[in-house]
Amino acid sequence: MEYHLNTPLKEKDVRKLRIGDIVYLSGLMITARDAAHNRVLKLLASGEKLPLDLNGLAVYHCGPVVRKLNGEWEIVAAGPTTSARMESYEAEFMEKTGVRMIIGKGGMGSRTAEACKRLGAVYTIFTGGAAVLAARGMKRVVDVKWLDLGVPEAMWIIEAENFGPLMVAIDSTGANFYADLKRRVDKNLMEKVYPKIGFK
Amino acid sequence: MSENLESVIEKASILLLKGATTIIPPDVKEALIKARDGETNPLAIAQLNAILENCKLAERESKPICQDTGLIIFYVSLGENFPVKGRLKDILRRATVKATSEIPLRPNAVDVMMHKNSGDNTGRYIPWIEWELVPGSDELTVTAFPKGGGSEAPCIAKVLSPSQGLKYAKKLVVDTVAEAGAKPCPPVSIGVGLGGTIDVAMKIAKKALLRPVGVRSNIEVLANLELELLDLVNSLGIGPHGVGGKTTALTVNVDYAHRHPASYAVAVAFNCWAARRSKMKIYPDGSVEFVTHKILNEWWR
Repeated sequence: MEYHLNTPLKEKDVRKLRIGDIVYLSGLMITARDAAHNRVLKLLASGEKLPLDLNGLAVYHCGPVVRKLNGEWEIVAAGPTTSARMESYEAEFMEKTGVRMIIGKGGMGSRTAEACKRLGAVYTIFTGGAAVLAARGMKRVVDVKWLDLGVPEAMWIIEAENFGPLMVAIDSTGANFYADLKRRVDKNLMEKVYPKIGFK
Repeated sequence: MSENLESVIEKASILLLKGATTIIPPDVKEALIKARDGETNPLAIAQLNAILENCKLAERESKPICQDTGLIIFYVSLGENFPVKGRLKDILRRATVKATSEIPLRPNAVDVMMHKNSGDNTGRYIPWIEWELVPGSDELTVTAFPKGGGSEAPCIAKVLSPSQGLKYAKKLVVDTVAEAGAKPCPPVSIGVGLGGTIDVAMKIAKKALLRPVGVRSNIEVLANLELELLDLVNSLGIGPHGVGGKTTALTVNVDYAHRHPASYAVAVAFNCWAARRSKMKIYPDGSVEFVTHKILNEWWR
């Protein structure tokens, strides 16, 4: 199935999504990598407010290439980064901020899948490295916070317009496309590959 | 003359970086098209089509193929009679700074101890330069090799015992690819280095990635090993971005060094689907030849 959704996302819309579905996203989203995830959690733990209410928004694992033209930031290239690095933060991040969609590449683990199920959220993937294609769905930079972390790690606030295709890889039933992949690959390793090189 | 030549090297190096980061090498593009055309899994076809469409847009709009424009690595083969030698390091560093703002590239050089991004892709030892001195030559050959982070994470080097040998080296390769899964942005290019000390094994594994896709080792036993490993890796079924399918790797390139009697070093190095590398030659008269990205010759004139 193909869906066109707007942020802030509603729980009932997100709960309809299943792994393999395609989503095009419009509205506000933020970028956050390791350092921004860490900062969000630290600020919230010390009782401080975030620069933006993230409830219902999407968080994109991305460190963009940007340039400043006539005082305005322009996104030049902005594909996803490897989501696995954010696995240790994501469940808590989702719980404390209320984001309903994580966008990245390469898959996430069981803690994120459990959080998606419990909170009504999804993890979706964009084609890794397809940075110019991705930038086409990013209409403008609304703001940027925490540039002290460096350009890739800063929190970029983006207005998306039909950003996608995003493939749902973890849905709110907890189904995980990449956990299934891992099982298939391990089976192939044992049954097809090891016997050919003399291992049982 | 020498000052002019220095300026030529700097300008050509900026263009070299532009070619490396915005135009997919022709051999890699051809391999991606071949993978797409031979694929039957619709999810894998969709991923490969997105990749190819992205490459087309990047080239047309002169924008980086991937937002991770890498940590900048140069391979330099310096002819012993080439007029500029000692200043090359500074020239390549300056070219990196200028390329970062002109192309633009993402600033990716982070101070390990201070956690601070330098903002211009230079820093301690960075850009890293691999030097080779070429006896009797008067040419300078530079390959720009911007190295992305995602496909660096699964790289591994290990010293096996000689009794384990090649059998366990093969196991290390397939285990590492299986464990990496979708994370290094498959279809990947894989470099394998055997022998030497652990650092030598990784260096030759990395250097093997400079060889174009589809060009097998000129050592027959290695060429056969490359085909065997490619077949093994592709039967894992990871496929483009882990959605399944036939092509997990575009190529496996192997090289070896003589080993110590007591050790059998193995290194496995990855490149993502965007196996970015761009090579040029500069002659003492200041003429420049872009070798991998011929289109740069037109832009240079």
